[in-house]
Parts: sequence; C-alpha cells; structure tokens
Amino acid sequence: MAQLTMVEALNLALDEALREDERVCLMGQDIGVNGGVFRVTKDLQARHGADRVMDTPLAECGIIGTAVGMAVYGMRPVAEIQFSGFTMQAFDQIEQNMARLRNRTQGRYPISMVMRTPFGGGIRAVEHHSESREAYWAHTPGLKCVIPSGPRNARALLRASIECDDPVVFYEPKAVYRAFREEVPESPETMELGKADVFRTGADITLISYGAMIRPVREAADDLADEYGIDCECIDLLTVSPIDTTTLVESVRKTGRCIIVHEGHRSCGIGAEVAARITEDAFEHLVAPVRRLTGFDIPFPYFQVEQHALPETDDIIAAARDAMNWD
Amino acid sequence: MAADQFIPTDPPEEHTDDAAQVPPIPAAPRTPTGCFNTRAIDPGRIECLQILNASGHIEQGMDPGFSDETLKDVHRAMVLSRAFDARMLTMQRQGEMGTFAPNVGQEACMIGQVWPLTKDDWFAPSYRSFGAQIARGWPMDHLMKLWAGYHEGFAPPPGVNDYPFSIVIGSQVPPAVGTAMAMRRAGRSECVVVNFGDGAFSQGAVAESLNFAAVDKAPVVFVCENNGWAISTPLHKQTEVDALAVRGLGYGVPSIRVDGNDILAMMVAMRDACDRARSGEGPTLIEAVTFRMSLHTTADDPTVYRDEAHVDPWRKRCPIARLETLMMKQGAMAEGDGEAIRAECDQLVLAARDTFRAEAAAKPREVFDHLYASMPESLARQQDEYFKRLDRKGIE
Repeated sequence: MAQLTMVEALNLALDEALREDERVCLMGQDIGVNGGVFRVTKDLQARHGADRVMDTPLAECGIIGTAVGMAVYGMRPVAEIQFSGFTMQAFDQIEQNMARLRNRTQGRYPISMVMRTPFGGGIRAVEHHSESREAYWAHTPGLKCVIPSGPRNARALLRASIECDDPVVFYEPKAVYRAFREEVPESPETMELGKADVFRTGADITLISYGAMIRPVREAADDLADEYGIDCECIDLLTVSPIDTTTLVESVRKTGRCIIVHEGHRSCGIGAEVAARITEDAFEHLVAPVRRLTGFDIPFPYFQVEQHALPETDDIIAAARDAMNWD
Repeated sequence: MAADQFIPTDPPEEHTDDAAQVPPIPAAPRTPTGCFNTRAIDPGRIECLQILNASGHIEQGMDPGFSDETLKDVHRAMVLSRAFDARMLTMQRQGEMGTFAPNVGQEACMIGQVWPLTKDDWFAPSYRSFGAQIARGWPMDHLMKLWAGYHEGFAPPPGVNDYPFSIVIGSQVPPAVGTAMAMRRAGRSECVVVNFGDGAFSQGAVAESLNFAAVDKAPVVFVCENNGWAISTPLHKQTEVDALAVRGLGYGVPSIRVDGNDILAMMVAMRDACDRARSGEGPTLIEAVTFRMSLHTTADDPTVYRDEAHVDPWRKRCPIARLETLMMKQGAMAEGDGEAIRAECDQLVLAARDTFRAEAAAKPREVFDHLYASMPESLARQQDEYFKRLDRKGIE
C-alpha cells in the first residue's frame, strides 16, 4: 500500500494500462516530455516511448478526432484535454464521432477510448480553466462520464474506463489532484462503472454529490451529526452518465429528503436529472422538496470571487437544516 | 471569378516541375507601414497533373501504360456510378428515396481515388462518394438502404474496412487520420484515403487533420474533391486562394492539383500518393478539380444561385466520354461496347433496386441496440417505455 495523491494514482493507472495492454496509448498536449501540465503523465513517455505517449499539436478537435480513428483501428487511446474548458473545441468530434460512430456502424466500430480532462474550480485559475460541464456529456447519447473523488477510486475508475468498450469522458476534479493522500493498493484495482458509492449511511437526509464536492459534503455530514443530530446518508455518484438511479432512489425512499451538490450550472444540470428521477421513482416517500445546491447559471467567476460561487460546507449544512425543518 | 477559371485548361498548363519557376520571395518592404506581403498567394509551387486531355488524347510522353483490362475496369466502375446516380435520382423523385446527393460528372475522381486501394486499406468517404463506395465493395442495395433511411445502410458491409460517410462536413477527416496513425504504429504497409470537398476545406477539423498527419507521418492521402460549389457557395466565396492544394504546403504535406475529370491523372496521382504513404513517407494532398454538374442534393435548386451557362463548358470534359475516346483509339473498346456496358450497368442497378425493395424493412425495435456495448439500466428503462408505446400502437 502506498499513500498517493490523485495525480500519482492516475499516473499509476495509466502506467499499468500501458504495461498490460499494448493497444493503450496516450495522447495530448505537453503530456510527453513535460508529463502534462498537472504531471499526471509524468515519466510515462520515457517509459513507454513517444509513439505510445504522444505529444500532439495544439488542437483539441484533432486530438479527439484522431483518437477516435485509432479506436476504430483497434487501439485504446486515452486522450488528455489540458483543461475541460478546452473540450469545447473538440465538441465537433465528440458529438459527431466519439459518441456516435458505434451506433452509426451498428456496432461494427466500437469506440473504446477515454477523454481525460481536469474540471472544476478552486485552484485560482484564469477564465476557461474552472468549468464543470459534465451535463454536456451526460446529455450526449453514446458517452459515459466518470468522475472520481479521491486517489483510490480515481485509479480504479480510470482502469475501468480504459477497459470499457464504450467511449468515456473521464472528468478529473483538479481541486482534489494534490489535496490529500490516500492508501492505494499495490495490486491493480478496478471498479464497476455506473455504480454510485454510499460512503456514509444515515436515516434523515440523503446528500448526493461527486468530484471535489465530496469533501465539503463529508464535512457537512460530520458537522450535522455532531452539532444538530442530523443523520445524513451520503452518496458519491462516481459515474454521472449513466446515473445509478437505483441506489439514489433506495436511499431517498428511506430518508425522504435529498440535496444534490455540484459545481456545474444548475439548469439542466446533473442535479436536475437526479431530482427528476427521484420525483419519478420516490415521490410518495418525499417529505421535503429535492434541493439543488449547485453552481449558478453564470460563467464561472474569476478567482478573486470564485469561492463564493462554489457550494461550501456551511451552505450544505444550512440547506440540510432547511430540509429537516420542512413541513 | 467564375468557378471554371480554377480548372486546368485544355491543353494543360506548363508543369512547374522546375524549382527555378518558383517565384522569388519579394524583398522585405522598407516602409514602416508596409510590412505585409499583400500579393496574392501564388500557387506556382503546385504541380498540375493532366494526362488525358478533354479531347481524349494522352499528353506526349505521359502515357502511364495501363493495361486494357485496367482501363476497362475503371471505365465500368465509372459507368456503374453514373447509372446508380441516375436511378437514385429517379427513385428519389418517385418518393422511394430520401434526400440524395448526385455525383454525375465526378466519376473520374470517385473511382480514381480508390483505384490503388486494397481490401486492407481504408477509405473514408464524404456523402457524394457513393461511386467509390460501390467500387470498394459496398453493395448498391446496401447504399440504397442508407439513403432511404434504414439504419443498417450506414454499417460498413463485412469485409469492407471503410468508414461510413459523415454528414457533418469534414468531420470524417480527423478519424481517418487517426486510423492512419494507428496503422503506422502497427507497422503495417496500409494506407487511408479520405475524401472531402472544397467547402469542407474551410473547416478547422480538416486543417487540424492535415497538421496531425504531417507531424505523425501518417499514411493517409487527402483527396479534396473540388467541385466548385458548396451548395450555393462558389469556390471564390469559399477561399481567396486559386488552388486549394497550396494549403497542404503550409503543413508540410506534398500537394498536387489534378484534373479530377481525367481518370488517368487521378489513378497516377493516387497510386503515387498511396505508395508514398505505404513506404512511410507520410501524407499527400490531392486537389481533384472537377465540377458539380447537378444538384447539391435533391432538396436543392441550383437555378436560384448559379447560371447554368457555367455548367456547359464542363459537359465537354465528361470523364467517361474522355476515357472512351482513348479506349476506342487504343482498341480497348469497340463500337457499341459503351452502350452494352451502360445497359449492363443499368441492369445491375435495377437488380440492386429489386433487392432493396425486397429486403428493406424498418426495424423500430433496434434503435437502442448499438449505442453502447452494454446498455445502461436507465436506457433499458427508456427502451421498455418505447416498446410499450410500439405495442400500444400495434407496431412490430
């Protein structure tokens, strides 16, 4: 067992995949000699060669489009887009080909590829470096979207995403990259995609979240228990497309209350989808409205003010207390 | 400028195979405000290839020496493409086909671009490339299903490596390059041919693709089928350069302009470009200059935006008639052979239509089947709901 950061755990997963499966290759801007701007691919080019760990030209549409073509030929490319804000330039190829080519060819060309990209705020970055646009990927038929929350599940989920026969958008919460260390087992580990993790059981209210928001949710649940005697059940979605409806609904049927916390914009966001599913499948168990505690429908604020726009622990506590007091 | 001013003239222009003909770069301007060279980009470094001129004569010393059998094969493929085109137009007008994009007059480009390919190579078509798809082994009834709105029409048939065509203009190009990048990594002597048009060359995806291919030395041949029109937009509104092939040079991709109505020039250029790709020399760009004789698609009325007088000069450049003149002269074809082959191809197309009519069946219960390798539970629930809807309406 080693204590790793999320960056180190992702590096481990990529190194393992490159070693174990010759079809795997990595591509992206500055991922080779430089090891990526966040160092997720550190030393991998030296270990596996420049043809398998490719420094590409600075063109996101080209990166995703050529990765699709490699997947068509039977490789398993893992393409890095340096920041999720830059995935917009690749949207053309994500939508036209990455998400659809399998369907268009009636399964003849499965697109087994991963688009890795860091998302989310909280690192004092310039514009276009703090976006959370997971709803785009969840809204696009043909894609899966996976979001780890810590080093151990990041490693396991990335391995599972690379092994997945469908195209995966692997959204890395960059605020967590070096935020803490966690025990990561030495032997390879994977997790099933599409399964949420109930990381705390409770009877009073369900808190649903993913990515970097898991930490404030965890802290809020502790404080709510300690200070107010409120017993929270906490769920980490881990995969936001497809959403593990069963786990969410089971929890809300038990607690009758639900708050979903995420950084992404509220309207038509993951929270809206979760709220709709809970309303459809657990309506008669609800004792308070499903509440969304999310980013607002504004471009992500610049870093002098960004912390006010992100849900924080005390916001979650306040929302949970409101829900408990609902009559 | 009218679109037909961009085509190689008959007889062909002087070839610029002499480096001395490259115009010198003008001396740096000395005025503080005149720092930019505003001279039109000179396509002087672009070689233009024409072998068989519009009169059906091979330019002196340029006979590539193709056998009669080879000429017969490509001739037949071109005639079949035109027969398919005509029948599809009829079927569309009779309500049996969806929107269709005709290709009449562009057959030399169509067939020439895939002529050097083997089964192991790959072809990434655009939607006007059906003649090439037929030559690559796509059954015509399969393509009819595609254009008539049946899902299975888009799936490449067994044994054919090709991509299905891409509706969004130019979006087929980056994956085609990616496949070539994968081939190089696999150490195979295969190549990819990707087709796109003059309109597509305005897309960023195409520019990025040229650059990726050049940097990676990917075994891919870019065929820009310049037919002068992107729906209603003529080439001179699409671009300020006279020859689209100059764009390849900016990416370090050897580029050539070919008379796209000259099947021999297309075959030679494609053979050499594919050879370069297979031997590890990287990508090539071929600008095939041709003309869209007919509609953009069956939903289009060109009389709204173009004077049909533009089309007339191109009637004399018909790629099939041009080849037939040569074949008659060489004895590869006798009087009456042309008619016989046309009749035979018409029959093949009619037989394909009959197969299409007999086999095409809507399969509404399959629309969820191929999206994911394993269907997510939430999608399976939607499928259940959809099936119940079909049941309620009595749809199988």
